[in-house]
Amino acid sequence: MRLPLWHLTLASIRNRGLATVLTVIAIALSVALLLGVERLRNDARASFANSVSGTDLIVGARGGPVSLLLYSVFHIGDATQDVSAARIEALRTHKDVAWLVPLSLGDSHRGYRVVGTTADFFAHVQTGDRQPLRFTAGRAFDGVFEAVIGAEVADALGYAPGAKIVLSHGAGDFAAAEHADKPFTVTGVLARTGTPIDRSVLVSLAAIEAIHLDWQGGSRIPGVEIPPQFVQKFDLSPKRVTAALIGLERRSAVFRLQREINTSPGEPLMAILPGVTLDELWRIVGGVERALLAVSAFVVAVGLAGLVATVVSSLSARRRELAILRALGAGPGDVFMLLLLESVLLALAGSGLGVLVLWALSAGLSPWLMAQHGVQLVPRLITPNELMWLAAVLGAAVLASLVPALRAYRYSLADGMTVRL
Amino acid sequence: MTSSAVTLSALRFAWPGAAQPCLEVPDFRLAAGERLFLHGPSGSGKTTLLSLIAGVLSPSAGRVQVLDTDLGTLSGRRRDRFRAEHIGIVFQQFNLIPYLSAADNIALPCRFSPARAQRAGDVAAAVRRLAGHLDLSSELLARPAAELSVGQQQRVAAARALIGAPALVIADEPTSSLDAARQDAFLALLLAECTSVGASLLFVSHDLRLAGRFDRCAELAELNRAAEVTA
Repeated sequence: MRLPLWHLTLASIRNRGLATVLTVIAIALSVALLLGVERLRNDARASFANSVSGTDLIVGARGGPVSLLLYSVFHIGDATQDVSAARIEALRTHKDVAWLVPLSLGDSHRGYRVVGTTADFFAHVQTGDRQPLRFTAGRAFDGVFEAVIGAEVADALGYAPGAKIVLSHGAGDFAAAEHADKPFTVTGVLARTGTPIDRSVLVSLAAIEAIHLDWQGGSRIPGVEIPPQFVQKFDLSPKRVTAALIGLERRSAVFRLQREINTSPGEPLMAILPGVTLDELWRIVGGVERALLAVSAFVVAVGLAGLVATVVSSLSARRRELAILRALGAGPGDVFMLLLLESVLLALAGSGLGVLVLWALSAGLSPWLMAQHGVQLVPRLITPNELMWLAAVLGAAVLASLVPALRAYRYSLADGMTVRL
Repeated sequence: MTSSAVTLSALRFAWPGAAQPCLEVPDFRLAAGERLFLHGPSGSGKTTLLSLIAGVLSPSAGRVQVLDTDLGTLSGRRRDRFRAEHIGIVFQQFNLIPYLSAADNIALPCRFSPARAQRAGDVAAAVRRLAGHLDLSSELLARPAAELSVGQQQRVAAARALIGAPALVIADEPTSSLDAARQDAFLALLLAECTSVGASLLFVSHDLRLAGRFDRCAELAELNRAAEVTA
């Protein structure tokens, strides 16, 4: 029954219940915030990178590369210009191009973007670690008024193959007029990918042409109404598209083809490498990320300052206790270790609780983040990278704990067996 | 067996920053196995003297020998170890650690001294044995010290000082907060336990009524030549 030092420490911590609990909660919240910001940053990056796996080039109207990436793949913002479908189709015959998937954006369904494309989309577009798209129900669209929906759309709106849906003209807040005269039938539901595809309604390019036959300049032509059964009488081949995804025969040709497209005469096009443009995007938002991390680090510092304040403020009341320990044979080193261990244990408990809080929050908020912001936050306890952050927090806690420990050490030297206040 | 439990020679102590020493003891000796009653008014430096004998404070000048060991020749760490091994202390107010159980309080000196733990043998058994002598039930041993009555606390304090059979027991006004009946009972207990383990006893108090129970009685003012005495 030789009392170990940690036994004394734990008993001392338990003795100061409320202050201890509040200190641990403060540290836990600050650690959860720091790790949460870091996790959100990493998961957002992984989520974005997963959306463009397998695509070598994205081609659209000339403008900003980041803007093209954002509106074509992530459905953030809108294209200010579209491009000639013929110009895009001409690229399909280029010797370096293995596949080409055109995209036509601009319509929506109950807040979810409608993507006009071809059936090649399901054959060539990959997500995550180069995983092909998979149907959980039904099949790809075939007829003009058929649609395939992403997993999120199916879950949120309760759609299954056979459901009838109506598309709206425009996207997001600007979606107003509906193409109610030409309803679509859902033919397939895609498996969840963790990318914007989950929140998309995919239809054929012919469908985009068909619903706009009686529209001009963004509004319905007065007095003109073409019923769905007559649309096949019109030329439904696309005239303009928003962008195209391209896969190459050989990755080594990517820079040559990019240069070729960017310098080609005629209608100005721009080809971007998704990975490179993503890096550019991260450079742009890097400052904000760093600022967020800095704020989180300051919150952790405040949490640790609270820890030091709690232990230091308890010291005056504990000088008698320290004097007793000294008289019983404890050296100043024992007293120092007792206080250090106490602070470090509180920091450890706070950090552990912080990890659990983050795990619970990420599990709870993950569906909402996915639905609202398209960011896949994977609920998990801790990653090796987060473990490094945690080690840094504990290192800082040890340094901060030196303050009360050294103070107690000095008290124990000065007080002897009596408390001189 | 050593011939002398405590020997002070030309001892002088001043608190840091103080112009005058609070203690000047030219010569003092406590024989091995002797039970000495040391008295003096409050603020006369009794606790300071005990801190010097226990090696918690170091003298400004002179020599403190405990069990034939000159404490001045020991490093701070070895002095702490020496105190843990050889000296049991009973405080005024008993000074138990309130959040530890009575059993943990009694076992505490063995935490800081492997030698004392070795002498105690099975520490848990030694705690139970001492508790038995002092009429502390196993139910009481499990309770936090803060929940014990004054009488129970004084017995736990005595057991803590006596565990591991220290050669010297120092008692700093342990009866000052007790009524007369309890003073007698506690004193009888302490003297009996010291006798049973063969420990020397240095008992400090300002209450001269207790002096008759000891082998010898000394007044601090007679020992201390300091011009101004402060605690």
